[in-house]
Amino acid sequence: MGGTALALEVADLSAGYGPVRALRRVSLEVPEGAVVTVLGGNGAGKSTLLRAISRTLTFHGGAVVSGTVSFGGRALGGLAPDRVVAAGVSQVPEGRQVFARMTVEDNLRAGALGARGDRATKAAAMKRVHELFPVLADRAHQRAGLLSGGEQQMLAVGRALMASPKLLLLDEPSLGLAPLMAARIADTIREINAQGTAVLLVEQNAALALRLASRAYVLEVGEVTLSGPAAELAASDEVRRRYLGVVDEEAAADAASATTTHPVLSRWEEAR
Amino acid sequence: MTTFAELLLNGVSLGSIYALIALGFVVIFRATEVVNFAHASLLLAGGYFTAVLHDTIGFWPALLAGIAGAALVGAAVEFLVMRRYRGSDHSVLAIVTIGVDILLATELTRRIGTDILSLGDPWGDAVVTLGPVSIAETRIAAFLAAALLITAFLLAFRHTSWGVAMRAAAENQETAALMGIRLGRVSIGAWAVAGGLAAVAALFLTVFPTPGLERSTSLAAMKAFPAAILGGLDSTTGALVGGLLVGVTESLATGYQGDLTFLGRGIGDLAPYLVMVAVLLIRPAGLFGTKELARV
Repeated sequence: MGGTALALEVADLSAGYGPVRALRRVSLEVPEGAVVTVLGGNGAGKSTLLRAISRTLTFHGGAVVSGTVSFGGRALGGLAPDRVVAAGVSQVPEGRQVFARMTVEDNLRAGALGARGDRATKAAAMKRVHELFPVLADRAHQRAGLLSGGEQQMLAVGRALMASPKLLLLDEPSLGLAPLMAARIADTIREINAQGTAVLLVEQNAALALRLASRAYVLEVGEVTLSGPAAELAASDEVRRRYLGVVDEEAAADAASATTTHPVLSRWEEAR
Repeated sequence: MTTFAELLLNGVSLGSIYALIALGFVVIFRATEVVNFAHASLLLAGGYFTAVLHDTIGFWPALLAGIAGAALVGAAVEFLVMRRYRGSDHSVLAIVTIGVDILLATELTRRIGTDILSLGDPWGDAVVTLGPVSIAETRIAAFLAAALLITAFLLAFRHTSWGVAMRAAAENQETAALMGIRLGRVSIGAWAVAGGLAAVAALFLTVFPTPGLERSTSLAAMKAFPAAILGGLDSTTGALVGGLLVGVTESLATGYQGDLTFLGRGIGDLAPYLVMVAVLLIRPAGLFGTKELARV
């Protein structure tokens, strides 16, 4: 990494839910101030990775089996979720998860509860969030459940920023949003990063993620199968074919041969 | 008409006490999703502390000690028992609270025995007469105290960080944890607040015209269960409305018992449950309860 300080370092992390292993020896690094993305389809282990970092696996009956997670040189393993937030790592969970029955303002206040710092720091964080998302200031007294999907995503991001994190974990922020709204969220992520917050972005929307990130990892069935600078990955055939939907003739031929080489169970075929 | 007014006033006062108990019940349910069957025992504990201490340290300090004591018992139950079961099924937790209730109730019953303890309140059996209507001072004090506490609670719930943390945890525990909210603290705080409110309720359940604190006081406290349930277990507003509804129903049913002899004796004790069943038939989630919503 050529001398850049590491913010987050995940080393040989394995985690699972009971007998089900969801992550196998995953290693990953986020340099300070960088945007790093983790790509992968459904069930690849992306959310498990973020839960392992934020220490919320217990809510899903899961646990870290081996490996370490450290942030700024400090081990996060064994900490309670609130200590992780206090250490400077905030997460925007998948599906937004805004507190629907609370007002927009109270949602933001809830985001600041885990932050260290006095009233002034929190007021500054609120100001920053309102500058990033003016709509949240306009709708301060509305119930969060009444916001549109895009606005809820903004609220979820704003809420996480209230803790003034050094690293922001984003779990599929573009999920279920119209393309225009997804592009706006992408602009915001760029802006948040420009203000000095490192970002770990988990996405299925590879095109969007690879444009934002400097480095990318591909996660498949719990393992890192590819990693490298985002630009290189975006150019690689495998990623183009699998995640960017670019089909060239060679790839199409590959895909065709793939279907013929894998025998299909007849029963399976019928069920579909 | 005078009887009706008196019964109504008494019912509102009684109802505000039930609301106080039901509120504690709802607070625990919202913060931890646990139905707390040990609530009546917390109440009995608070009343017992006040009753034992008022002779030596005076009524007001004893009341404060009772509130603090019940809050402490509540916090201890959370810390020593409920916390060990965190993550278990909610029905398991509810059954655990029944176990805790049996333990607490047995010990308190042993201590109280067959005595009827006075809590040493300053109101005695004084009665205020407003025109044709007369009402016990204790009933007025009960209503004012309950109104004050409930207002203070609702303001805190809405505006303080504690309230925000509590509401966030009630909505989604995992996301609240992601915000850095300490769920353990929220939960222990809920138990302590519920205990404190129950101790105040204990005072007003045992003052005139009731003879005093006895073993069966916890049975009176049980009437807050239908109050909480018919209001909707997860709604603070529901607890207030439910409490008032149960109080007024009980007071009227007891007052007009003579005209209702065809229903047999003791309809007053039964009425709250009848109201609860009637409400739940029409609104299964209670008057203000949130219906179970699932987004697909």
